[in-house]
Amino acid sequence: MLDDDREDLFAEATEEVSLDSPERDPILSPEPTPAITPVTPTTLVAPRMESKSVTAPVIFDRSREEIEEEANGDLFDIEINVSDPEKVGDGMNAYMAYRVTTKTSLSMFHKNEFSVKRRFSDFLGLHSKLATKYMHIGYIVPPAPEKSIVGMTKVKVGKEDSSSTEFVEKRRAALERYLQRTVKHPTLLQDPDLRQFLESSELPRAVNTQALSGAGILRMVNKAADAVNKMTIKMNESDAWFEEKQQQFENLDQQLRKLHASVEALVCHRKELSANIAAFAKSAAMLGNSEDHTALSRALSQLAEVEEKIDQLHQEQAFADFYVFAELLGDYIRLIAAVKGVFDHRMKCWQKWQDAQVTLQKKREAEAKLQLANKPDKLQQAKDEIKEWETKVQQGEKDFEQISKTIRKEVGRFEKERVKDFKTVIIEYLESLVQTQQQLIKYWEAFLPEAKAIA
Amino acid sequence: ISDALSERDKVKFTVHTKSSLPNFKQNEFSVVRQHEEFIWLHDSFVENEDYAGYIIPPAPPRPDFDASREKLQKLGEGEGSMTKEEFTKMKQELEAEYLAIFKKTVAMHEVFLCRVAAHPILRKDLNFHVFLEYNQDLSVRGKNKKEKLEDFFKNMVKSADGVIVSGVKDVDDFFEHERTFLVEYHNRVKDASAKSDKMTRSHKNVADDYNRIGSSLYALGTQDSTDICKFFLKVSELFDKTRKIEARVSADEDLKLSDLLKYYLRESQAAKDLLYRRSRSLVDYENANKALDKARAKNKDVLQAETTQQICCQKFEKISESAKQELIDFKTRRVAAFRKNLVELAELELKHAKVILQNLNTCLFLKPHLIISL
Repeated sequence: MLDDDREDLFAEATEEVSLDSPERDPILSPEPTPAITPVTPTTLVAPRMESKSVTAPVIFDRSREEIEEEANGDLFDIEINVSDPEKVGDGMNAYMAYRVTTKTSLSMFHKNEFSVKRRFSDFLGLHSKLATKYMHIGYIVPPAPEKSIVGMTKVKVGKEDSSSTEFVEKRRAALERYLQRTVKHPTLLQDPDLRQFLESSELPRAVNTQALSGAGILRMVNKAADAVNKMTIKMNESDAWFEEKQQQFENLDQQLRKLHASVEALVCHRKELSANIAAFAKSAAMLGNSEDHTALSRALSQLAEVEEKIDQLHQEQAFADFYVFAELLGDYIRLIAAVKGVFDHRMKCWQKWQDAQVTLQKKREAEAKLQLANKPDKLQQAKDEIKEWETKVQQGEKDFEQISKTIRKEVGRFEKERVKDFKTVIIEYLESLVQTQQQLIKYWEAFLPEAKAIA
Repeated sequence: ISDALSERDKVKFTVHTKSSLPNFKQNEFSVVRQHEEFIWLHDSFVENEDYAGYIIPPAPPRPDFDASREKLQKLGEGEGSMTKEEFTKMKQELEAEYLAIFKKTVAMHEVFLCRVAAHPILRKDLNFHVFLEYNQDLSVRGKNKKEKLEDFFKNMVKSADGVIVSGVKDVDDFFEHERTFLVEYHNRVKDASAKSDKMTRSHKNVADDYNRIGSSLYALGTQDSTDICKFFLKVSELFDKTRKIEARVSADEDLKLSDLLKYYLRESQAAKDLLYRRSRSLVDYENANKALDKARAKNKDVLQAETTQQICCQKFEKISESAKQELIDFKTRRVAAFRKNLVELAELELKHAKVILQNLNTCLFLKPHLIISL
C-alpha cells in the first residue's frame, strides 16, 4: 500500500513539471537558436528581463525535449557522478583519484558521455579559478569541500580501518555535490575552465592549493586583511534590500548551524544506540542459552535476533541521517559563507568607487590650485589625470551597479535552489525514516507470536 | 497501594488492603507507610529462622528522585538561556519523567507486598499483619551507622561463607543442578539488565535529539520568508510528535524489559540466598554429625550432640522440602512473567512504530501540496 503512495508522489511531481513546459514554450518560440549555443553573460541578461521566473533552466528545457527525460523530471540535462576512489601512489605522496563521469547532451561539450580522473587538489584548483573570476563581480560560487589534513594523512598512511573508508566516502559524496551544484549555475557552466576540468584527460597540477605553499600563505594574509577591512568600511547602504538580505542571511546562518549541531548529535546518539542494542542482543542470547525452559529460551534468542536486526537498522538510519541531512546542512552553511563573501565584494566595490570619487575630488582641487598658480604644463597633466579619474569614477559606479544587480539575481536563484534542495533532502530523509519504521514493524510482528508461544 | 505522596525526602505510601481472611479484624483498611518500613518488614522475614526455607521476595529499591531533581534544578538555572517554547517543552518532559519514576517505585512496592500476600506461609506472618493493620507509625527507625556497619560485616562474612559453602557438593542432584543454573542465570541477568539499561538510555538520547531538531526547524520556519516556512513548521511538528513517541518507546522498553530483568536479578539473588541457607544448614548438619561421632567416640556430651544433630537434621530436611517447591514455583513465575512482559513489549513496540509511521506518512502526503504551492 505504501509503495503505491510513493509512486503517486512521484507521479504528481512529474505531472507538475510537464504542466509547466507548455506554458514556457510560447516564451521560447521567438528565440530558438540562442537557447542552445553557448552564451556569454551579456546575452543572458536580455532574456532574463522578459520573464520573471528563472530563465536559465528554461534554456535547458528546450534541449530536454530532445533527449529522454530523467526519472524525476530533472530540469538539467547534465549529470555528473564522482565515483571509484582509488589510492594512487604510496606513503606521504599518495593521493586518492576520483573518477568524474559526465553525461550530457549540451552541444558545448565534445562528447555525450565522458569521464576523467581527478584528485582532490584538482577540485580545489577549479574552485579557486572560478572564485577569482566570478566572485568579485557578484556571482555566488559554490564552495569546495574542505581540506582535512588528519583525514588525508590517515588514508595516505594506509590505515584500512572503517574511519578512513568513511572519510573517503564522505569526501566522494561532497565532491559530487560540489560539482553538481557548480554546473547548475548557468554562468559557471559556460566557463572554459569548468569545461576543461570535466573533459580533458590531463590537467595541470594545481599547486596553489597546497596548504603550506606560497599561494596558500598569500591567501591567508589576504583573508586577514579582508577581515580588518570589513571592520573599517562603513558603507551607507542606499538599498534597503541589501541590508535586509544580509540580516536574513545572518539569521539563516545561525539557525542552520544550530540545526546542524543537533543533527550531528542525533547521528552520534543513534550510533551509540545501535552499539548498545548490539551488546544487549548478545547478552539476551546468552541469557536464552542458560535458560532451561525451552520455549522461553527460544523466545529469548528470538528477541536477541530481533534486537540485532534492529541494531543494523539503526546503523543504516544513522548513515541516512548523516549523508542526507547533516551534509546538506554543512554544505549550506558553507554556501552562506560564500554568499556573505559576495556581499563583502560588493562592499569593496563600493569602497573602490568612493575612493575613486575622493581621488577625483582631490585632483580637481589640485587642478584649481594649478590654475590659480598658472603653471600651464602641469595644468595639462592635471587635466589628463582628471579625465582619467572621471572615467574611473564612472567605471566604479557602473561596476557597483552591475555587482548589485548580479547579486540580486544570484540571491534570488540561491533562494530558489535552497528551497528546492531542502525540500528534496528532507523528503528523502523522512522517507528513510518511513522505511526504518516499516522494517521495525515487520520485525516486531515476527517476534510477537514467538513471545506468545511461551507456555 | 492506592496512593502515594511525595514529601521532600520521603515518600509515603498508602497501603490499602482488602481481605476476607479471618485473621484480620476488618475487611478493608488502609495505612500509611514509608519506604523504611517496607525494608523493616523484609528484614524481619530474612532474619526469621523459620523462613529460611523460602524465597523471600526481594525488597523494593529505594525511591530515587535525585537524578530528576537535579535536572529540574539545572533547568531552572538555565531558564534564561532558552526560548520560552523550549523551556516549557523541557519542563513538561522532566515532569513526565518524574511521574514515570514515581509510578515505577509505587509499582515495585506494591509487587513486594503482593508477593508476600500470595505466599501461603509468609502471609500468615504476624509482622506482616502488623504492617498492614497498625494505624499509627511503626516507628521504625532507619538503621543508624553502627547497625549499617554491622550489616556490612555480616554481608562480608556471609559472602566468604558462601564461597566456602558452595564448594560442598550437594547430595541431591536437583539442588546441584539448580545451583549451577542459578549462579549462571544470575550473572547473565545482571549483564542483560545492565545492557538493556544502556539501551533505553540511548533511546532516550535519540528522542531528546529529535526534540532539539524539532525546535530548530521551528525557529527556521518562523524566520523564513518563503513558502518553505510552512513546510518547516510541519516537519518540526512531526519531529515533536515523533519525539514524544520515541520517548514513550524508550520508557516502555525500560518498563517491560529492563525492569523485568532487574526484578529477576533480585529474585535470583533471593533464590541464591535460599540455596545458600540450605547449603549452610547442610554443612551444619554434617558438622553436627561429625561432632556426634566425635562425642560418641569420646563418650562425652553424647546427648547434647545428639540433640544438636537432630535439630540440624530436621532443619535441613524442612529447608530442602520447601526449597524444592519454592524453586519450582520460582521457575513457573519467571516463565510467566517473562512471557507477559515480552508479549507486552512486542505489542507496545508495534503500536508505537505504527503510530510513528502514520505520522510520517501524513506528513509526506502533504508534500505534493507544498511542491505545488512553490
